[in-house]
Formats: sequence, structure tokens, C-alpha cells
Amino acid sequence: TLTQAEKAAVVTIWAKVATQADAIGAESLERLFCSYPATKTYFPHFDLSQGSAQLRGHGSKVMNAIGEAVKHIGDIRGALAKLSELHAYILRVDPVNFKLLSHCILCSVAAHYPTDFTPEVHAAWDKFLSSVSSVLTEKYR
Amino acid sequence: MVHWSAEEKQLITNIWSKVNVADCGAEALARLLIVYPWTQRFFSSFGNLSSPTAINGNPLVRAHGKKVLTSFGDAVKNLDNIKKCFAQLSKLHCDKLHVDPENFRLLGDILIIVLASHFGKDFTPACQSAWEKMVRVVAHALAHEYH
Repeated sequence: TLTQAEKAAVVTIWAKVATQADAIGAESLERLFCSYPATKTYFPHFDLSQGSAQLRGHGSKVMNAIGEAVKHIGDIRGALAKLSELHAYILRVDPVNFKLLSHCILCSVAAHYPTDFTPEVHAAWDKFLSSVSSVLTEKYR
Repeated sequence: MVHWSAEEKQLITNIWSKVNVADCGAEALARLLIVYPWTQRFFSSFGNLSSPTAINGNPLVRAHGKKVLTSFGDAVKNLDNIKKCFAQLSKLHCDKLHVDPENFRLLGDILIIVLASHFGKDFTPACQSAWEKMVRVVAHALAHEYH
């Protein structure tokens, strides 16, 4: 569980990330598909070329969900309950992929906000995204 | 033997040429100890690791970070022979240091993030991809002599 300080760190950086959420979301997915080509298998129906509308749209979706989790950081499970079911029963994205996307989101945030992305903030975000990932996979079985 | 495309080699050596090994190494190791505190188990002789401030300011962490990243540099110089290059180090990590190879993967992830924060836009997805391969190959080589 996140400490008060960690929650504060997540919320503070989110305020900045939110101003460019769509771009950072798209970039994170781009990084994911580039470094881990196997993740593309979940998007055979997408145009995954750089700058594609679908990439931007999906990046936006992902970041919005993260934003919801930030807004309800005291109850991530409640905030993402529907998404959790979606992933468990419909999407069934293998759990290993959440770690990969989390890593790519951290890379994008670090690249855009190097001075804000201190080790403490890095730790808090890693933990936060780990929580989000846990919630999204907890109904899998 | 690992195959590196010309583009991958370029992306790796290009970034590496701009890395300050001492600073980057210190930062990577400090972040490892802060973000994944259980990794501190290998460094009980390092003194004060009780807080991010203590870790960041710890001279032993700094020195060791530099050592680790300097070794990494050997891999960059020997891209076509990383396994051989790290055979001795692998044995050391297994037989003397008793380090779970998962820790090499954790450090690799941290290094990627440190590079992203240092190079920003220049650390493009393609660049990251080459470096993800690099850290994967290094981690594999370091685990190769384990028994």
C-alpha cells in the first residue's frame, strides 16, 4: 500500500503529466510496441504506425484510466472495478504485459519530466503502477 | 552469439559515448536501492541506507555504481562477445556474491529509466528498444555461468 508521502508524490507529478496525457500515453504505447513486439499481438486490428489516430486514442484511454486511479488513489480497486472485469473476462491480456507497459510509462514520464522524476517519485510511481496492475489482473482467476 | 544490427550498434554506442559513467552509475545503483529496497540485502556493509537522502549521499553507493557501470561499458565495447566478456563476473556473482539474477534485470530496467531521464527526446522508442536488448543480453550473460 502507498504511504501518504507516496500518494502525494503520485498526485503531484500527475498534475504535470495530465497536461500532456494523450501524448505521453501514445508515446508509452509506442515504446511498448517497439521494445516488446509481442505486445502487438493484442492489437491486430490497429494501425500501430507512429502518430496513428488509433495509437493516440488508445494512449488517451490508458492515461484516462490512470488519471481515475490517481483521483481515487485511496481506493484504486473501486475506481477500476469495471476495467478489472473487462481485462479479466474480455481482454485477458497476459499479466506479464502490465509490467512492461508500466515500465514504458515510467520511461516516458522520466523523459518528459527529468527534474521532477526524482528517485522518491520514481519509487512512488513504480509502486502505484504496480497497484494498478494488480487491480487489473486480480479477477483473472 | 547475439546478432546486433548496424542500427542497434549505432544507437547503443552513440548513447554510451555521452554517458557520464560515474554519475549515471551512481544514480542507477541509488535508484535500484530506493525503488526496490529489498536489493539492499546485498549491501549491508555499505553503512547508512536508511533513506533516499542517505542512499543518494552514500559514497560507497556512488563508488560501487561507478564500478558496475564501468563493467557495463566493457559489454558495450565487446558487443559481439558479451558472454565471454562476463564469464568471470558471472561466476563471481554466483559463487561469491550469491546474487539472484533477477536483480540484473531490475538494474537493467532502472538503467533504461535513468537514460530516458538524461536523454529525454533523444531516447527514442527505437533507442530504448536497442538498449532493452542490451540490458537483457548483459543480464543473461551475467547469469550464464550460474549453477
